[in-house]
Amino acid sequence: MLPVLRVSALNKAFVMHAQGDLALPVLQDVALSVAPGECLALVGPSGAGKSTLLRSLYGNYRPQSGSIQIRHRDQWVELVGAEPRVVLDVRRHTMGFVSQFLRVIPRIGAVDVVAEPMVRRGAPAEEARRRAEFLLGLLGIPARLWALPPATFSGGEQQRVNIARSLIADYPVLLLDEPTASLDTANRDGVIDLIRQRREAGTAIVGIFHDTTVRDAVATRLHNVALPGAQP
Amino acid sequence: MSAPLLSARGVTKRFGERIACRDVSFELWPGEVLGIVGESGSGKTTLLNCLAGRLTPDGGTVTYESAAAGTVDVHGLSEARRRLLARTEWGFVNQDAREGLRMGVSAGANIGERLMAIGARHYGTIRQTSCDWLARVEIDLDRLDDRPTTYSGGMRQRLQIARNLVSEPRLVFMDEPTGGLDVSVQARLLDLLRGLVDRFHLSAVLVTHDLGVARLLTHRLMVMQGGKVVEDGLTDQVLDDPQHAYTQMLVASILPV
Repeated sequence: MLPVLRVSALNKAFVMHAQGDLALPVLQDVALSVAPGECLALVGPSGAGKSTLLRSLYGNYRPQSGSIQIRHRDQWVELVGAEPRVVLDVRRHTMGFVSQFLRVIPRIGAVDVVAEPMVRRGAPAEEARRRAEFLLGLLGIPARLWALPPATFSGGEQQRVNIARSLIADYPVLLLDEPTASLDTANRDGVIDLIRQRREAGTAIVGIFHDTTVRDAVATRLHNVALPGAQP
Repeated sequence: MSAPLLSARGVTKRFGERIACRDVSFELWPGEVLGIVGESGSGKTTLLNCLAGRLTPDGGTVTYESAAAGTVDVHGLSEARRRLLARTEWGFVNQDAREGLRMGVSAGANIGERLMAIGARHYGTIRQTSCDWLARVEIDLDRLDDRPTTYSGGMRQRLQIARNLVSEPRLVFMDEPTGGLDVSVQARLLDLLRGLVDRFHLSAVLVTHDLGVARLLTHRLMVMQGGKVVEDGLTDQVLDDPQHAYTQMLVASILPV
């Protein structure tokens, strides 16, 4: 399979102006590529830059140099230095991101939080709600919670709302940052099944999975991440 | 994609010796919500007023892609044509609702007036549309004939939004729309604005000093300091990976709850 995401010579440092312009290099000459049906697991010790790499792929962090190209609307699109509207279009149609924590929106019920990405892509609101309810049910969120804003949900419930929100739109590329971090075993296994289904359906996945059970169950390949200068 | 809806090129505005906004350039595309953030006195509101044609810049140009008139130079238009544009294709939400409303006439008349300005003449239709909009901004219909002087601050702000959006503008300027409101009232207003922006595919320029409001409502941010844009980008990029010293300081100053 040809890749849908390819990264080369990627460099990212954080410059802290309040600390006398202290520069912390995190990514140096990173290269990788991912094809449909693959799940690339980023591995490395805490602080090695795994989340920084994942966030750079999503266009959330801004690398200083290098290239991140993604297959979007049948074309290669460069994300490093891209215009905001280009990144937004890629996020709306091609690339989803599951973060560790749900960013709660005041007053919006869980079902609408989950349905939103699908509505944004132009799906009818009713269809999006039905699919959102289906996913929430599949992830074990009790129906009595669906209409409530997730601000008061437990950590595990919020994380499952977050996963449902990212899976609803069938993105061809999916980025997962510790998708099972605060889940119990039963719910974790449910999420593993969903990720495997997506992968087998041809989604290209890049993820961080500290839980080795999860990693072994979903990853097809590993990619080592280390800070510049660190001993491998 | 089509063309930018609003383009600013080198917009500069002086008040006497002081430069309130300096050499600002950007393009706003259809469906985008652009936030302008920065501390008090950084030139945010001056820039907004220059963009909306309420202040004449000393340098630079602002062009707008009008549905009715094609590409127009906002500051090259006659006063009459600019006013026509402002009430047909634009909206302007003031921080102080009293400046954006007519306080001496009823809520219904505040909304109806905008409809009449774009040519509505049938009383029944105007009243029905006014009722629909009151419901949309969550104001009880039995308050339709009351004057906004009898409304709370949050209700006034929602009424001002209804008055601005009833004419289905393509571009809305907002100056601290949630400023001065209680947090619960603010959350309700934010929720309302988010829904309206999505539903009507609005483009907007929003001035706020509240980075939480910017995170919820905007796609892109420009950070202003001392009249200059020091950083811009996607909202989450600017807030999660701030590059400029001033932006890093702003983001680091957010109080966690």
